[in-house]
Amino acid sequence: MANARPADDVGTMSDRPLIALRDVAAGYGRVAVWDDATLDIGRGEFVAVLGPNGSGKTTLLRILLGLLRPTAGTVSILGRPPRRGNPAIGYVPQRRPVDPELRLAGTELVKLGLTGSRWGTGLPGGAARLRRRVDEAVTAVGAEAYADHPIGTLSGGELQRLALAQTIVGDPEILLLDEPLASLDVRNQVGIAHLVATLASSRGMAVMLIAHDVNPLLPVLDRVIYVARGKLTIGRPDDVITSAHLSRLYDANVEVLRDSHGRMFVVGLDDEVAHPHPPTVERPRMDPC
Amino acid sequence: MLSAVAHVLGSSAPSPSWNVIHDVHQLLHYAFMRHAFTAGTIVAVIAGVVGYFVVLRQSSFAAHAMSEIGFAGASGGVAFGFSAVYGLLGMSLLGAGLIGLLGKRLRGRDAAIGSVLAFSLGLVSYFLTRYKGNASGAFSLLFGEILGISVRDVWVIAISGIVTLAVMAAVYRPLLFASLDEDVAEARGVPVRALSIGFFLIVAVAVTAAVQVVGVLLIFSLLVVPGAIAERLCRTPGRAVALCVAASLVFVWSGLSITYYTKFPVGFLITALAFASYIVVRLLEVARRPSRTTGASHGTAAAVVPALGSLAGVPQPGER
Repeated sequence: MANARPADDVGTMSDRPLIALRDVAAGYGRVAVWDDATLDIGRGEFVAVLGPNGSGKTTLLRILLGLLRPTAGTVSILGRPPRRGNPAIGYVPQRRPVDPELRLAGTELVKLGLTGSRWGTGLPGGAARLRRRVDEAVTAVGAEAYADHPIGTLSGGELQRLALAQTIVGDPEILLLDEPLASLDVRNQVGIAHLVATLASSRGMAVMLIAHDVNPLLPVLDRVIYVARGKLTIGRPDDVITSAHLSRLYDANVEVLRDSHGRMFVVGLDDEVAHPHPPTVERPRMDPC
Repeated sequence: MLSAVAHVLGSSAPSPSWNVIHDVHQLLHYAFMRHAFTAGTIVAVIAGVVGYFVVLRQSSFAAHAMSEIGFAGASGGVAFGFSAVYGLLGMSLLGAGLIGLLGKRLRGRDAAIGSVLAFSLGLVSYFLTRYKGNASGAFSLLFGEILGISVRDVWVIAISGIVTLAVMAAVYRPLLFASLDEDVAEARGVPVRALSIGFFLIVAVAVTAAVQVVGVLLIFSLLVVPGAIAERLCRTPGRAVALCVAASLVFVWSGLSITYYTKFPVGFLITALAFASYIVVRLLEVARRPSRTTGASHGTAAAVVPALGSLAGVPQPGER
């Protein structure tokens, strides 16, 4: 079943894709990260981006955000080239430690999602409308109970929900999330995964979510993008994440294991991937310190 | 000018009547006190607005470094016979540009700033040996000379104030975004790098103004302490900036008033008030803490406790 047809053709939505890549290559300077990427992502689609460390998952998001130019090929976001500050894209970067002394309320972060890219101090007249939109976003992510608490006292899961509120407050059509499940406990991972899926389907957003572990996402995923060894492949999880497919794709002895709960584990790619791309060049601005 | 101050304070030995109108009248009787209050008020407002962002951006060290780089400029200005204020402004702007270029998240930033700082203090020692005038020139730069401030200085400070406040109002929201959430701000099209450089240039202007009041060494009391207090107390940035300005005004006004009636130097009084307020805020925080930790952060505690428990239950490798 896995090899019946090319994985690329599975699951594309009927209307015009929100994200389209054609023969795209990415790199920093003269060092290639991956190439030959062709894919379409449509409205309401939930796609996980998987792959070993340093394989270029964040690089993909940086290209879509217009922060990095592809070295070859064409990228289109809603039919136009990527540009920095595109209001159609909501972005949650990898979470960095928050200053525990910071006493600003969580809602201030959410508010900046709407006003932070506008110049000036803002007029007092817009405060009520702003407050209403912030409250709506906070309710949509289920963060009412702690949205007003000081940022420094919030837990990882709480911060992640507020970060989602910050992105959806601007009504984006595309959500790009970089490792939103990292350093969360399993209950929170499942909770955030379901929340993102609900938001995506209720608002018709396309979601691209970088993850280390596909398992909390399996119930809600439409497709996965697998990035490793300079290549990028897209398809349904059952088609892409198989021993045969990954082994053939990466020319390596890759094994996909399943446990009794249906959870998947990929073995054989993590150790290999360091060789084609020296780690010093691979992660120039990808991991904020 | 300084001798006039000494004369006034020494001979007539004024004392407060505790009648506010009368005391204010008395405080503002002499031109040097009016200049001091005008300059001090403007500086307090600038320092309050800029200081909150200095603390929020964790740039206290950079702000301090800028004042000492400016000090090199000021002593250079004196040594080569042009104005100390222009030397101060020029060098701190230059330093600001360099520090801004380093970016916010660069790991070696503090070391880089420290190297520039050490070199500028070396320059100071060179300039001061060249300039063999009285050492009180250097002393007043180090500790401020607000009671000897001239009308021209007041104008320089007023113009710096207008420029600073106008720029801060214009960049307020993007700067807040870039300070709290740099990666998202960058992706949303906020020019984070330009803002970082621009902000340090504004800090340089604020430093130049504040040095006239509290001097190079005591600048933390106006540029950092109110921000540190506001960051610990306020839930919204608007309130934090307001508290910052209010705190700086209280420090400066009280310092000037007390110095008029006593023999304590202004710099000492302002820093002492700032420090005392900071200590009070920290103590209040400690007193409030127990109720907060049980409430909001129990999620993290709950996650940590079982982990510790399981660690304790794991047999150590060498045990058997």
